[in-house]
Amino acid sequence: MKKGHLIGLGIIAVAIVIILSSIGDASSYESFNTALEMKQDGEDKAIHVVGKLKKDPSGEVSGIEVREDKTSFTFLLVDNEGTEQKVFYNQPVPADFHRSEQVVVIGSYRDQELFVADKILMKCPSKYQETDVQAAGM
Amino acid sequence: MMNTFMGNFGHLTTLVAFVSALITAFAYSQYFKANELEKASWRRFSRVSFYIHALSTSLIAVSLFEIIYNQRYEYFYAYSHSSKALPVHYMISSFWEGQEGAFILWAFWNVVLGLILVHTNKFWEAPVMVVFSLVQAFLISMILGVVVGDLKIGSSPFILLRDATQAPIFELNPDFVPEDGTGLNPLLQNIWMVIHPPTLFLGYASTLVPFAFLIGGLVTKKYAEWIRPALPWAIFSAMILGMGIIMGAYWAYVTLNFGGYWNWDPVENAVYVPWLILVAAIHTMITFKKSATALKTSIILVILSFILVLYATFLVRSGVLGDASVHSFTDLGLSGQLLLYLLFFMGVAIFLAARAWTHLPTSEHEASVYSREFWIFVGAMTLGLMSFQVILPTSIPAWNALVESFGGISNMAPPADQVGFYTKFQLWFAVALALLTSVGQFFWWQKIDKKTLRDSLVTPYVVSILLSTAIIVLTKVYDWKYMILVLTGIFTIVANATILIKLLKKSTFKLAGGSLAHIGLGMILIGIMFSSGYSEVISMNMSGLTYSNSWEDEMNKEHVLLWINKPTQMKDYTVVYRGRQKKVVGIPDYVPAKILASTGKVNEAIALEDYQIHFKKGDTVQLVLEENDYFKIDYLQKEALQFSLTPMSQYNEGMGGLISSPDSKIYLDKDLYTYVAAMNDFSDPEWKEDETYEVSKGEQFHVADFVAYFDGAEVLKEIDGYTLKEGDVAVKAKIRVLDYDVEKLLEPTFIIRDNQVGKLPVTDSELGIKISLENILPDQNKFVFKVNQYQKDYVVLKAIVKPYINVLWIGTIVMLFGFTVAIYRRFDEFVKMRDKGLE
Repeated sequence: MKKGHLIGLGIIAVAIVIILSSIGDASSYESFNTALEMKQDGEDKAIHVVGKLKKDPSGEVSGIEVREDKTSFTFLLVDNEGTEQKVFYNQPVPADFHRSEQVVVIGSYRDQELFVADKILMKCPSKYQETDVQAAGM
Repeated sequence: MMNTFMGNFGHLTTLVAFVSALITAFAYSQYFKANELEKASWRRFSRVSFYIHALSTSLIAVSLFEIIYNQRYEYFYAYSHSSKALPVHYMISSFWEGQEGAFILWAFWNVVLGLILVHTNKFWEAPVMVVFSLVQAFLISMILGVVVGDLKIGSSPFILLRDATQAPIFELNPDFVPEDGTGLNPLLQNIWMVIHPPTLFLGYASTLVPFAFLIGGLVTKKYAEWIRPALPWAIFSAMILGMGIIMGAYWAYVTLNFGGYWNWDPVENAVYVPWLILVAAIHTMITFKKSATALKTSIILVILSFILVLYATFLVRSGVLGDASVHSFTDLGLSGQLLLYLLFFMGVAIFLAARAWTHLPTSEHEASVYSREFWIFVGAMTLGLMSFQVILPTSIPAWNALVESFGGISNMAPPADQVGFYTKFQLWFAVALALLTSVGQFFWWQKIDKKTLRDSLVTPYVVSILLSTAIIVLTKVYDWKYMILVLTGIFTIVANATILIKLLKKSTFKLAGGSLAHIGLGMILIGIMFSSGYSEVISMNMSGLTYSNSWEDEMNKEHVLLWINKPTQMKDYTVVYRGRQKKVVGIPDYVPAKILASTGKVNEAIALEDYQIHFKKGDTVQLVLEENDYFKIDYLQKEALQFSLTPMSQYNEGMGGLISSPDSKIYLDKDLYTYVAAMNDFSDPEWKEDETYEVSKGEQFHVADFVAYFDGAEVLKEIDGYTLKEGDVAVKAKIRVLDYDVEKLLEPTFIIRDNQVGKLPVTDSELGIKISLENILPDQNKFVFKVNQYQKDYVVLKAIVKPYINVLWIGTIVMLFGFTVAIYRRFDEFVKMRDKGLE
């Protein structure tokens, strides 16, 4: 066997390992319902859930409870299917949190009641969608 | 007054630039084909056409900057990316905050590079400039803003606000011009953001040069000759792109509060990958010049590096990353155009390469294990695999979009723990690379067999083992993975330094580029290992609180709550939060925010108290960016102040929201990196219920949690901002409030006029209390105070120690310096060959 072939085989082998690990370590987008089913099936992998913060009838964000030392908090997230879920995040409340239009939580269920987020991504209202020029400009 | 001239002018120059790019491409292709008689006139015409293109492209940039600089908020671009409060150097950042500005910058760099190429090349001018002009046509089309039927081509930066939004105000008054813009994203208000984007885009732009030479070579059937002129540019491109990436990392480190310099975010990955491929391409190109092997690999790598830059642009700017990235890029509807741009050049390159493939010279003999070609090839493959490992998961969102565009459903998401996922591969690839550089360099500079290799590696090996052992013991590196990293890093440095010394003894410094760059790599490895692997959160688990649900107690709390003035122990330091500060023009240190009151004008405040020698009470002072609050945090050791850090936050209404930036104490061997993760909101305090106190002079009492003394009262003759009339009685009470080592004097006032009582309460936002003098009871000799309590000022702080991060920064500088030396050498070679008339 020529050396070139050996190298070629080696490269292919590493590439396959990379592909398999990318698929294996890839997370997935779930709803709270499917995430809970995964938990009950014994899957502890961190998944992504996309949702919006719960708002009261007047449009104010509701359900944020900050811990006494202000270094962690829980909030209520409503996923795209409309399921409401209490989520714990072991970080202070991010600065723009109340304003976010959409929140992606990455984490998993701790038990039936509580979802623990390891990481939060927020989509804040884009200034490109600004239609309220008058208020902002004067 | 509404200005429409600049916009029309800018739009016109855009059209001219687009058309002239197409004409230039056509003209140069004619010049290339023309016979000897017509060549000169085609050449003249092509050049004139390109100069027109260069001028109009520059004028696009000038027009856009004029609009920003002269605060023409009738234009959407100025309105949404700039504001009156911005100093000039940040207006430059405004220019490229928007995607349109970024495309203009890119096109501008291409023009600069094109002008250099036109004047440094003879033979290559025509084919290279055809490729350049076509690329320019695609780039300018991104900002055309032309609508053909339902098809919108490009997004123009010159549109008026009234055309960009449907705000009701424009129905009432079409000539309405907003007073101020919404401002620049505070994260971009940083000196690194003024220079990082131009550097990165020069890197992007310069990947075109080797690609253009390659395409020129394939078309003209000069399958191997394109390498010599392309090589210095490939190295230049790798250096600039590398510098751009490092600047971005450094910007992230000093501006963003994600706690580090690299986060494996898709946006970062998208530029890291073409850089790796470019570095691989440089190595195979150099091998080819030495020994006529690896031509095919070089061709593939050069095409890949250019296409990957376009792919990065596509990923970042098409909106496809969507939920996957913390960077929010808006979709300007350019994804179709970007995809076309990518596919066009990919198609052309693959077609030309495939056509030439069987004609390419290949070496028949197998590369020996003791040849440099073999090791370089292995190194290039390692870089390729490294890139593959990063680009594959980064492309998951694009994959989802692709599946969905065919009507399928794909819910794949990028790995949840990005840093862990990428590190576990990239770490070992980097180790392999570092070892390859050290061994490879020995092969490079001398013909070697088994024995000489062993001989020349023994000394560096022994030296590295000794050095590494010392480092491992002294810095307590006890993790086996990190031990291997230290050893490899040191071995890379020592082995390449050995080569460097030999080279310097024998010949000129010009040849030192490679070994210098590799020494840089070794330092970068060690710097990353220490600063990331041994970064230590020192604000860990400080609350001392326990919760009813015990599992929360087991989670690490990485932040510490600091109440104002309250000393808190944090690792080796006692830290005290000392309140908010502002930056005032002309004063080197920060000024307490509580002695400044806004006048309502932009960046202007009035002083409420004297401050040192700088200003007096009642003076008007100019602030540097009024939205910025600096949180002063004192660090004490053995009760002596060591230093203060002032992490920043900015509340920007137009941009919406709060953004905070870190502050670091930089030592030779480590950084203490801190940022404020949360803070008190003064704007709408929820006062607690009234508490009433009856006290007599000299009495001590408790106000909320504070010890307070009532020091008595005095009758006032005059009051600030209030005219006293004949018969009025004004009494000011003096209350001293103690808060740790701080003593505050609060003086609520009480006025009687015509049997009416007026009260002037005082509010102290730092202590979160409001005191008013409610009544005076002369018969009991007592004063009645009403106290409302809100919340003391606080910040939630995170502090991280990052050891030896300077090794990383120095390593990058050494590496970039190595690149520079290599560029010089290769360009020198090219010029000599060209002047001999060979190219």
